[in-house]
Amino acid sequence: MNVQVAPVEGSVGIRRPALRISSVCKRFGSLIANDDVSFTLEAGQVLALLGENGAGKTTLMNILFGHYVADSGAIEIGGASLSPGSPQAALRAGIGMVHQHFALADNLSVAENIIIGTESLLLPWHRAKAKEKILDIARRYGLALDPDALVRDISVGERQRVEIVKALYRDARILVLDEPTAVLTPQEAEALFATLRILVSNGVAVIFISHKLREVLSVADKIIVMRQGKVVAERRASETSREELAELMVGRKVAFPDRKPVSVGPAVLRLDGIVLRQGGNRPHVLDGVNLEVRQHEILGIAGIAGNGQAALADIACGVLAPSEGLIHLSGDPVRSDPSEFVKRGVARIPEDRHATGLIPDMSVWENVVAERYRSEAFAVAGLQRVGAARKYAELVIAQFDVRGAAPNTSAKQLSGGNMQKLILGRTLLQDPGVIVATQPTRGLDIGAVAYVHRKLLEARDRGAGILLISEDIDELFSLSDRIAVMFRGSLSSPVRTETLSLQELGLRMAGQNSTGGR
Amino acid sequence: MRVERRDFSPLAVRLAAPGVAVLASLLICSSLIKAAGAPVLWAYWTMLVGAVGSLNSVSETLTRATPLIFTGLSVAVAFRARIWNIGAEGQLYAGALATVLVAEEGGRIAAVVPHWALPIVAAGAAFALGAALLLGPVVLKVKLGVDEVVTTLLSNFVMLLFVSYLLDGPFKDPMSMGWPQTPPVDATVSLRHLLGGTARLHAGFLFALLGAALLWLFNVRSVWGYEMRAVGLSLNGARFAGMPVTSVLLRVAVLSGGIAGIAGFNEIAGVKGYLTLDMSPGFGYSGIVVAMLAQLHPVGVVISAVFVAAIFVGADAMSRAVAVPNYIADVIVSVSLLTMLVAMMLTRYMIRHE
Repeated sequence: MNVQVAPVEGSVGIRRPALRISSVCKRFGSLIANDDVSFTLEAGQVLALLGENGAGKTTLMNILFGHYVADSGAIEIGGASLSPGSPQAALRAGIGMVHQHFALADNLSVAENIIIGTESLLLPWHRAKAKEKILDIARRYGLALDPDALVRDISVGERQRVEIVKALYRDARILVLDEPTAVLTPQEAEALFATLRILVSNGVAVIFISHKLREVLSVADKIIVMRQGKVVAERRASETSREELAELMVGRKVAFPDRKPVSVGPAVLRLDGIVLRQGGNRPHVLDGVNLEVRQHEILGIAGIAGNGQAALADIACGVLAPSEGLIHLSGDPVRSDPSEFVKRGVARIPEDRHATGLIPDMSVWENVVAERYRSEAFAVAGLQRVGAARKYAELVIAQFDVRGAAPNTSAKQLSGGNMQKLILGRTLLQDPGVIVATQPTRGLDIGAVAYVHRKLLEARDRGAGILLISEDIDELFSLSDRIAVMFRGSLSSPVRTETLSLQELGLRMAGQNSTGGR
Repeated sequence: MRVERRDFSPLAVRLAAPGVAVLASLLICSSLIKAAGAPVLWAYWTMLVGAVGSLNSVSETLTRATPLIFTGLSVAVAFRARIWNIGAEGQLYAGALATVLVAEEGGRIAAVVPHWALPIVAAGAAFALGAALLLGPVVLKVKLGVDEVVTTLLSNFVMLLFVSYLLDGPFKDPMSMGWPQTPPVDATVSLRHLLGGTARLHAGFLFALLGAALLWLFNVRSVWGYEMRAVGLSLNGARFAGMPVTSVLLRVAVLSGGIAGIAGFNEIAGVKGYLTLDMSPGFGYSGIVVAMLAQLHPVGVVISAVFVAAIFVGADAMSRAVAVPNYIADVIVSVSLLTMLVAMMLTRYMIRHE
């Protein structure tokens, strides 16, 4: 109801903000998640909420949606105050949310997914009316959709459009998008931004949550930077820069490392015709992958999640044996055995720090030796050399600046960035010839990202060959010497980064090769 | 009020938790004693005196604790590696059976090994047969993903029925006047009694203490112990690091089943002298309680085994003195397991007022 009131009053001439958040505070125990957060959002505006993990963005959105109740402060929508702690009230007030992980039922049609929960699906005339409304929304905002298609048959970009239409169908006037581009190709992201522009030109207000600076600068009108629960800056997108935003987010200057040209050496890691089958007649996970990583080189593997990168990473780490094909380290074939890989100087940085990289319930010293606990350095006559292991832990902590850690601290007490430093430290101190890094900076704050990037580049300059599997395109462009793209289990031939454009990369990630495609 | 996860549990809290849990369970059970019409404090006093009031009762409590230490260690070893061994009861009987077999063939074995080594041979055989009984389910688990809770639980009944068949058939003592039991084992495989007179405490108790200490050192200092802990805490992490996960799990099976088998040897060679079907009043199942009360720590197992044994021995005395049924022991032990689980949860979480 409030929503319909707003434009009428707005027409009198006082431009009321669509959303006003005033002095919102929220504590969890000793943690202050939101500290006196205030800002306004006007209709027809894209507001980017920028901040690192733990800056308080999610808490704030949960308060907006009534999942949490703020300790103090108020939220007004279209001039009327929003009753706290009630998701129903938030929906009625016209707040719509598109989550990072979509909440769609695969086996229902697009239209059914959109109207689910609003009215009965059983009555055919409801259905027809609903479909008409969906098509009307789709036309008005330029969101191409087939209401009768099954959700399981449509692409990720289309699913996101379904989520947006779902919110608009519920008359959302304020649309919140949480990290919406994480799963999109560059082209799909561009299409999303175009959609957002149409939405705002129709008077919808958008809150865009992200930590990707490039996107935020290109899509937002107003940027709110949060750090440690506080709003630390408010900028117009036209008046700020990537460097300034990074500094605001972290609270200090962040030096992004540069990649200096180095001449490459011989191949240190080679995969030949790697095939990974899965049961039945389902398509191969990996379908004849060949690649070569040379000394002094970072080979980036791009691709949308789920195209076989995880399997490729496991195979390159020795954790998984391919159904067919050979792995060579410095020219010698090697059997798939993690400890064999480690012995031959492969440093492995896995995708999931918590579940695979570390054993969180074990101590720091037990974790730094986890890959080499049987080596002479750390074991004698079946007993562990605890003293040596502790010393090594101290070395890793000191050399890789692992904060808040002592050899006996349990690894789960470390922050994500410090866990990653621990993993980097334990393997990079061995001066590895090959590094296999999978999503090495996912979920890390910018300072830690820069640190990881610097360490990888240092290793490359020292002569390591690095296989970098990542879904972060900025990361791939800033680190890789060559980039290859995974699509449905196949790997394109690598291209020198300097000669690759973002558009070209996006097309390849979507499976369309510029030289004909598949 | 909200429940929050603690970042880490202070050592003092972790050490205090079992004591608080036991006190809470005694408090809860006092209502039952009250309901049975006995004065609570007096009842607990007779229980305490019954359990540790004299040399004889201490001996009885420790004798009762000995098999519980073994089965508790067996369960703790397995649970640490996330193998849910519910089959210690069957493995105990397997060990007892092996002991009887060795005793039966004592003459022939003594021709090969010196006489004093016979108990060692019997213990070794008990270990092997117990280990074999757990190895089957664990192989099925790692190769085919068969749930070991089901297979180990069922292996208890298989073993018990097999022993029952033997006791009524080929192993039946012709001199037992029809009772289903084996002939008494030869004194050569028996364990020495430690105290004079009628006290039953035997050398097996010392071996149990030694076993617990060794296992503790094994856990924290040996490469194999490290692997077992790693596999239990994070299977994926251990696999990624390159640990031989399958053989680690098989080793755990051998160790856990073997220790439970030793419990069977201990009862035959130290206490009973012959095998019957009621030899164990559920030592294998109580081992689970003992291990959980001990938070799977070997030294804790010794303490909790003595506690559980004292409750049972003390409850017998109490039932004689104040006419509270000795089933109260089962209730106290069960309730203390529940309060222990709550206490363990509270060491990891805290409750906060808003």
